[in-house]
Amino acid sequence: MGSHTITSRTPGVFYHRPSPDADPYVTEGASVAEGDTVGLVEVMKTFHEVKADAAGTVSKFLVENEDEVTIGQDLVELET
Amino acid sequence: MTLESVLVANRGEIALRVVRACRELGIRSVAVYSDADASAAHVRHADDAVHIGKSSASKSYLNADAVLEAARSAGVDAVHPGYGFLSERPSFAAAVEEAGLTFVGPPSSVIATMGDKAAARAVARSADVPVVPGSDEVSSADDAVAAAEEVGYPVLVKASAGGGGRGIRPAASADELRTVVVEAQREASSAFGSGAVYLERALQGPRHVEVQVLADTHGSVVHCFERECSLQRRRQKILEEAPAPGLSSELRSALCDAAVRLSSQVGYVGAGTVEFLVEGDEFFFIEMNTRIQVEHPITEWITGLDLVAEQLRIAGGEPLSVAQDDVVRRGAAIEFRVNAEDPDQDFLPSPGEVTGLELPGGPGVRVDTALMAGDVVPPFYDSLVAKLAVWAPTREQALARGRRALAEYRVEGLPTTIGLHRRLLDEQAVVDGTYDITTLETWLEDSPRG
Repeated sequence: MGSHTITSRTPGVFYHRPSPDADPYVTEGASVAEGDTVGLVEVMKTFHEVKADAAGTVSKFLVENEDEVTIGQDLVELET
Repeated sequence: MTLESVLVANRGEIALRVVRACRELGIRSVAVYSDADASAAHVRHADDAVHIGKSSASKSYLNADAVLEAARSAGVDAVHPGYGFLSERPSFAAAVEEAGLTFVGPPSSVIATMGDKAAARAVARSADVPVVPGSDEVSSADDAVAAAEEVGYPVLVKASAGGGGRGIRPAASADELRTVVVEAQREASSAFGSGAVYLERALQGPRHVEVQVLADTHGSVVHCFERECSLQRRRQKILEEAPAPGLSSELRSALCDAAVRLSSQVGYVGAGTVEFLVEGDEFFFIEMNTRIQVEHPITEWITGLDLVAEQLRIAGGEPLSVAQDDVVRRGAAIEFRVNAEDPDQDFLPSPGEVTGLELPGGPGVRVDTALMAGDVVPPFYDSLVAKLAVWAPTREQALARGRRALAEYRVEGLPTTIGLHRRLLDEQAVVDGTYDITTLETWLEDSPRG
């Protein structure tokens, strides 16, 4: 078992869910395939989906919903 | 009751624009700012400033409670909302009114009416202003298909609570419409909190022409002529000009008269913009923006009016400084929106530090920006960082002046739309003034990049 960290490709605001009333994309303990959406980053009023760049199990969110993030910041930790 | 102090509930170039108007009128200005904007130009130039929250827009400039609290603590007598953010939220305007303060704009009830597409169309019809053929709200796919028989294909499915080009989907046939209506209702429900949608005829290559109006609290309404805003990408304007090229004087008069009729009908107060689609000799009302507009400088160039100062005087209860006959247009003006976006990467937002900056100047050149060398463009807000507006006695001279000013303009550290504007001014449809709302997107798909 290894671990992998998904990082933000852009600065902005991180969201766990596609819209305020929706369910989160993934929760801790969920398994994801490469290419699955795990979050959303809003930058200048445009929204960019954060995709898993490896398959694994979500072990930890490293940022809270609506946290401000910088480019390259660690977002989600996967167990691979 | 002249205004003595104003809270400027915005950021960036428009906040600075309002601060400047206040200073010239002897009004005390109070800025608001988020964490990211602590040292921004609109804060530095205002008389006072109040911190209202963290950097993200929802926790600062979109937080109505925080903005109202800032207004109370600063002891202002009015709130200027600028554009975007809270400017067209009836609930915010109502809260300002209830706090005993003056909202620099129309009454909240008017914002509510004109912000509701169906209600706005009803106002237009009652003012004898043509609207795009369309339906009432449709509740099901069957309902929509029946309504589309009347409206005529192709249609657009639009969210009643949408705006700024969001929540619009095309459908060319009944089959397509059945799918699209369901998707549109779902999207509208999650994006706008209301699933209400209606249909509208999709025009084939119309032009977007809008009319600036000013209305005071004494019942006077004047128009300040039109702006041509057809050069749009994803329904976001990128370049605007005044007057609209190729508009006959009959059509211009009809448009301007219609805008005044509609504004009078709804009891409008303040500066507002009535937007139309123009196709051939026909024009159709699409919506009214109940606030100052990004592209207001080109109207100021051709009329010599100060629209933001007029807003502040109107809010203070003063009559308009001009009668209709005093509003005279002269020459031609063009505005170029400078966005922190990379046109070569599908307009990817490009926040970051501006390491070098050289602004154009000289005759007939105006730059509205809050961005200085060394500033960081934060990722939390709109990508518009500056507006270059040029004026000259003729359109041909204005184009030449635009080319000259754009050649002088240099932003280092992040990509912007300046290069795109340079290329656009070599485009024949732009030079000839024959473009429509489809021109820019078609050109972007076809033109070589780099």
